[in-house]
Amino acid sequence: MSVLVFADNSEGKFKKNAFEVTSYGKKVAEMTQTNLVVLTINADNVSELANYGAEKILKVSNDQLKDFNAKAYADVVKQAAEKEGADIVIIDSSSNGSYFAPLVAVNLEAGYASNAVELPSSISPFVIKRKAFSSKAFNNTEIKTSNKVIGLSKNSFGLVENSVNTNEEDFTPTLSDDDFNVTFKSVEKATGKVSIADADIVVSGGRGLKSGENWGIIEELADVLGAATACSKPVSDLGWRPHSEHVGQTGKPVSSNLYIAIGISGAIQHLAGVNSSKVKVVINTDPEAPFFKAADYGIVGDAFDVVPRLTEKLKEFKANQ
Amino acid sequence: MKILVCISHVPDTTSKINFKDDNSKFDSTGVQYVINPHDEFVLTRAMWFKEKQGASLTVVNVGDASSEPTLRKALAIGADDAIRVNAEPTDGFYVAKQLAEVIKNGGYDLVLAGRESLDYNGGMVPGMIASLIDYNFVNACIGIDVEENQVTATREIDGGKEVVSTELPLIIGGQKGLVEDKDLRIPNMRGIMMARKKPLQVVEPIDTNTTTASISFDKPEPRSACKMVDSDNLDELISLLHNEAKVI
Ligand SMILES: Cc1cc2nc3c(=O)[nH]c(=O)nc-3n(C[C@H](O)[C@H](O)[C@H](O)COP(=O)(O)OP(=O)(O)OC[C@H]3O[C@@H](n4cnc5c(N)ncnc54)[C@H](O)[C@@H]3O)c2cc1C
Ligand SMILES: Nc1ncnc2c1ncn2[C@@H]1O[C@H](COP(=O)(O)O)[C@@H](O)[C@H]1O
Repeated sequence: MSVLVFADNSEGKFKKNAFEVTSYGKKVAEMTQTNLVVLTINADNVSELANYGAEKILKVSNDQLKDFNAKAYADVVKQAAEKEGADIVIIDSSSNGSYFAPLVAVNLEAGYASNAVELPSSISPFVIKRKAFSSKAFNNTEIKTSNKVIGLSKNSFGLVENSVNTNEEDFTPTLSDDDFNVTFKSVEKATGKVSIADADIVVSGGRGLKSGENWGIIEELADVLGAATACSKPVSDLGWRPHSEHVGQTGKPVSSNLYIAIGISGAIQHLAGVNSSKVKVVINTDPEAPFFKAADYGIVGDAFDVVPRLTEKLKEFKANQ
Repeated sequence: MKILVCISHVPDTTSKINFKDDNSKFDSTGVQYVINPHDEFVLTRAMWFKEKQGASLTVVNVGDASSEPTLRKALAIGADDAIRVNAEPTDGFYVAKQLAEVIKNGGYDLVLAGRESLDYNGGMVPGMIASLIDYNFVNACIGIDVEENQVTATREIDGGKEVVSTELPLIIGGQKGLVEDKDLRIPNMRGIMMARKKPLQVVEPIDTNTTTASISFDKPEPRSACKMVDSDNLDELISLLHNEAKVI
């Protein structure tokens, strides 16, 4: 038995997700008294994983897998799990992870718990806490099958340093043409911008900003903080901002360390998608805005006055760091 | 083209979420149920296929009789017929197995599901179906065009979007972007009248296992009151974020 973690990378480089699932996998391996095996596909340098407890690393190098492909990746994970006798497979909740994890579950005849937020609360029976009702509640789910797939919710466990000696091994999966029936054609990435999924800090604007032309103050604040920008649903429906920035129950979920909501009232559907951010700051002219009830820090004030001043102050603060 | 749209029946997004029986069950008292919002987007996209490319459009739900009004609403929006698999949707795998059976029996070319249900947020049913019956699969789908058998689809990725090409038979996990909010259709009187006469077939579930079980629910910890900072004292906010919250 062992625990298999899939550590994803982007153009060969690991992101925080990869270290988080590895840290988590290490703890699960300790709880179940087994070993941790980390699987990588076309990663440049796997040695960083050793800082988070990766005792054994399986390295797949294969040009066919250069672009993410859910079916092929699921096939690789299945073969790795079988080779290692892994009965617990851990995958992150990125757009790729949540795409192919259900396929892995079917391949391995495993029960799948997505959006897990904690270590299993018990091993036998195997019970794990996961987000439900768009973070308005949590569900304790038992996985009843002998194989198990866990989708770890981003930023719910964090990084745990745990230096170990690793043993690296090349792994060559067998792929079939069938794995590539969905083929990559092109990608469009917002360059030079932090994505909401990867950001530690998200600065978000609502209808209180009155028009898309006023987004400069949001972007400048985000720039100083190295944050991603986001918006409420009406803002994207009105075309002030692209749909990819819409966060909330029907948009992207946010689980950053810090979420700054500017001119957003705090409707239940908005909160549902951003509630799992650790710290929330609200800037709103209306002291009765519902968002204050869900926030950690609040400022009653006009965004057009407060935000530029806050940006200036943060610049000074950063310069003195 | 034969299209199947998978509809999950979920509490309205404004619902207060409560539990009963010692937090072991969801308390549906006073809860309004709706078509899962992601499924509303895929249903509208399916209507375009029906109107512009002459597709047939069936909707399906795995659920008990209480989800029939949701299926009737989908019929009122324009689906041709509906199927209800008469079973409690206890676990994602179980639901996927039931839907896979419906798809096999109906020979659908294109299956449109939502990215996730807004109740249990599983995000697993479409992918599991794809794997069970070996259909091509695109998740977080925000654009799809079909010509003959050829499909071009766009999916959302972290920080951008990606275009892929594939073929029917296909299943997608779709979301807003397939169509926009303003395109969503509200059933009109004529649609509602017609929906009453459209076929809604109830089929019994196949015998299959579940892989997970819901044990209990927790509510998030009540948070401590929001600390208010004077708008003339932004240094205090920065200090709190740095020293107390340790997030900057
Ligand atoms: C099915 C469904 C799904 C939904 N999903 C989502 C979702 O995923 N995400 C989402 O965001 N919404 C969603 N909504 C919409 C949601 O109900 C709210 O309508 C929306 O979140 C409100 O956006 P807002 O806060 O930007 O605008 P408003 O509610 O109009 O709030 C604007 C706020 O700005 C403040 N303000 C005004 N001027 C200033 C100023 N100068 N400086 C500072 N503050 C100012 C006001 O006091 C007010 O609080 C959904 C709704 C439905 C029905
Ligand atoms: N009980 C159900 N009946 C029909 N379709 C469902 C059901 N549950 C989930 N689905 C479909 O699968 C999608 C993803 O759901 P889930 O995997 O539960 O998050 C939904 O948006 C629906 O399209």
